[in-house]
Amino acid sequence: MSIFVNRNTKLIVQGITGKEGQFHTRQCLEYGTKVVGGVTPGKGGQKMDGVPVFNTVREAVSVTKANATMIFVPPAFCADAIMEAADTGISLIIAITEGVPVIDMLRVKNFLAGKDCRLIGPNCPGIITPGECKIGIMPGKIHKPGGPVGVVSRSGTLTYEVVDQLTRLGIGQTSCIGIGGDPVNGTNFIDVLRAFEADPATEGIVMVGEIGGSAEEEAAEFIRHNVTKPVVGFIAGLTAPPGRRMGHAGAIISGGSGTGQAKIEAFRANGIKVCENLGLIGQISKEVFGL
Amino acid sequence: MRVHELIRFNMKIHEFQAKELFRKYQVPVPQGSAVRSVEEALTVSRQLGAFPVVVKAQIHAGGRGKGGGVKLVRDEEELMQAATDILGMTLVTHQTGPEGRVVKKLLVEAGQNIVEELYLSLLVDRQSAAIVIIGCREGGMDIEEVAARAPEKIIRIRVNPLAGLQGYHLRELGFGLGLAGQAMKNLGLLVKNLYRLFVDNDCSLVEINPLILTREDTIVALDAKVDLDSNALFRHPELLACRDLDEEDPLEVEASKHKLNYINLGGNVGNMVNGAGLAMATMDIIKQAGAQPANFLDVGGGASAGMVENGLRLILRDDKVKAVLINIFGGILRCDIFAEGIVDAARAIGLRVPVVVRMEGTNVEEGKRILADSGLNLIGAIDLRDAAAKIAAAVA
Repeated sequence: MSIFVNRNTKLIVQGITGKEGQFHTRQCLEYGTKVVGGVTPGKGGQKMDGVPVFNTVREAVSVTKANATMIFVPPAFCADAIMEAADTGISLIIAITEGVPVIDMLRVKNFLAGKDCRLIGPNCPGIITPGECKIGIMPGKIHKPGGPVGVVSRSGTLTYEVVDQLTRLGIGQTSCIGIGGDPVNGTNFIDVLRAFEADPATEGIVMVGEIGGSAEEEAAEFIRHNVTKPVVGFIAGLTAPPGRRMGHAGAIISGGSGTGQAKIEAFRANGIKVCENLGLIGQISKEVFGL
Repeated sequence: MRVHELIRFNMKIHEFQAKELFRKYQVPVPQGSAVRSVEEALTVSRQLGAFPVVVKAQIHAGGRGKGGGVKLVRDEEELMQAATDILGMTLVTHQTGPEGRVVKKLLVEAGQNIVEELYLSLLVDRQSAAIVIIGCREGGMDIEEVAARAPEKIIRIRVNPLAGLQGYHLRELGFGLGLAGQAMKNLGLLVKNLYRLFVDNDCSLVEINPLILTREDTIVALDAKVDLDSNALFRHPELLACRDLDEEDPLEVEASKHKLNYINLGGNVGNMVNGAGLAMATMDIIKQAGAQPANFLDVGGGASAGMVENGLRLILRDDKVKAVLINIFGGILRCDIFAEGIVDAARAIGLRVPVVVRMEGTNVEEGKRILADSGLNLIGAIDLRDAAAKIAAAVA
């Protein structure tokens, strides 16, 4: 079992003929992901490594019956690409693109409200269910299929580090998901925690956060009331210098939360086992999950 | 606040630049101009034609008044004295850090007849995915302090960016601030224009503190702070010209030329990492090993040989650096090619301190062999724990 993606996921790639899009489409195909089509406006009718390319997402979805899309278009066009995909009724959108303007994401987020469609990202490594389906830019081979650990993180390479340690200790993963580091994004920690809790194959969860914002604090509160499975938490950036922040108004909105210490305390207060040294996260997970 | 957010998500501009933007959007600001010398200050004050005049230091930090960077002057003699005092001074405020900032520009403005000082800001609220307007009857002081002491005085209004600003938003704000009549109408107009400015220019924060009610019932932005979304600057080339390199750390400016995400932190262990999250975690590891991170440096997902060389050069330019930790989780990246890049860079630059290299990815064994055979002061580490131990040994 897994969350959000599995061997039945049928993927299209928006921006499939661009440099990044091509490279990572190949990596996903190589991993075994069912890439059924791609979209590049003006290149409809062509093929990329045997994958048919369409001019619009609507056309791609209607022909291929894809239920997920991976977006590699440049930041200026990312909001458009997400909304185009959402309008076709596709159920999962993974936006890899880095550098999307925040006002664009505000519009996207409100556009998606009420639609039966999940957005992961932008500015994220994507999602993988090891051995079944890789959608994103993570290195496939560091993952180990079969569970029982679910991994959720705001970061890319930091997630790889965590996964790599688990795999080296012989611990597999159900699904690993990077929700992205932007201020306004789609799927959040709580959405993923809820899914891992409901997934029978997931026995333990590793949650990797960063300083800033209050997503970790809210997730910790959610875990206390809704998650019965053990959770190991890590926060990056404890030594980042204080005092270099955005301005007064930002602090008012977030209620002064966001420091590494506040997040660690929120984790501890809500029954999450805190790992303070990244080098030990695999070992600590092994102990906490009894693996 | 995430360290990399500061670089990636925000560009600060000066008060005088923010006020020029305000003028463009018919948001009332006092008459005035920015100057670089005492003579120019005098010229501007003569153009204004009347005293009092306000002289304000232009640096990218708040709290300038308390630090002595803002003066109200009543005649030309006082004006020249104030301009002489402030230009070139090192202004220390609660936002500059103890090193302060050298003042190179002044804003010279007409004094106002203040009846009341309010607070107004617009910002992006990540949680509600809305643009939030914050208003407060008590302006001119530290708004965070007001929020802590009397949270009921803070008015928050969420605007759905798809629907945009509506009349009821303005009524909630205006009545909430206790305004009526002409003042209420003027505020509504100002907020409409400010909202348009915010969206048109991809701002992440617009803050006016204080926003003043004058004896003439007009509403004027006495101060102006605008932060821009760096990710959106590609569609605002004219705003990119507002960037002031004098306000930035020279090493950070150099880094940005090479598209490197670098922040100088003043410690003794330089570090270069791919990915911001892993970079912050690596800084934490350096601290846990008993040393201090000298910097934050994210070379990004696709770290090329050229970026590695530029990054290493930058790190080693800092004299305080006694060792360097390179932590690259490649995955798809080939470690042998990366190792060759490091060796070439090290040869080109010359290593004056030990460099611990931890890398992970394809062909990692070959990569380690290349480092070991180079004959340079490059120390391979097998994992993060090993890297931490080797860094601790290197600075001991």
